[in-house]
Amino acid sequence: MMQRRAIPALIALPWSALAQEDELARAIRDLVGSGRVEDGGIVLRVPVTAENGGQVPITIVVDSPQTAAEHVTAIHIFATRNPTPGVASFRLTPTLARAELQTRIRLAENQAVVVVAQMSDGRLRRVSADIRVATGGCLT
Amino acid sequence: MNPPRIRAPRSARAGEVVEIRTLVEHPMETGLRSEAGRLVPRGMLARMVVRLNGAVALEVDFRNGTAANPYHVFFLRIERASEVEVTCTDEQGSSVRAVARIALT
Repeated sequence: MMQRRAIPALIALPWSALAQEDELARAIRDLVGSGRVEDGGIVLRVPVTAENGGQVPITIVVDSPQTAAEHVTAIHIFATRNPTPGVASFRLTPTLARAELQTRIRLAENQAVVVVAQMSDGRLRRVSADIRVATGGCLT
Repeated sequence: MNPPRIRAPRSARAGEVVEIRTLVEHPMETGLRSEAGRLVPRGMLARMVVRLNGAVALEVDFRNGTAANPYHVFFLRIERASEVEVTCTDEQGSSVRAVARIALT
């Protein structure tokens, strides 16, 4: 899946963007391994334009009954064009009533935010959303 | 470091799912930022753990992209008079903790 996405990027993007693509892929692999990641099954609510890149509210809702037998075990957030891709990792247990979280993140510039969820049966799901950033978050 | 602030309802019906909000006052300095030409040293929270009556519900590992003063909203099911405990630990290993109590109605 990642490989297929990377092909048009090879043609269109400059080297620095390519390096970031690699770094993102590595950050995802380091946290969830190299299993197949399905698109969808997650709702990611973000502002279309973030006025302040230093405080961007995002809400993640994973489609899961959140029971002992079937729940989300982890949610990882990545930024595609920050100096470093890692945002946060959430480990969930069935004690958390819903697979729903709101957090606030930092974004240095316009970019896509990627969320990967790990399910208790080992499945991996992914969603991304583009956010325009009016004033970059103070990362550098 | 100030203890985390927890906003939770004072009471809930048995079985009710309640919204919990947490805020930790922390600059979350990544060590990548300069101020007046000088690099601001790194100072980050490493983790936040949420427990409901002693059982872990949520653990967060923070990385550079989490905003300053981390703010989170999540949901817990209240079956009995409950304690929600939030513990935050920084990268140097010091931690702060707060507890909110929810009664049954």
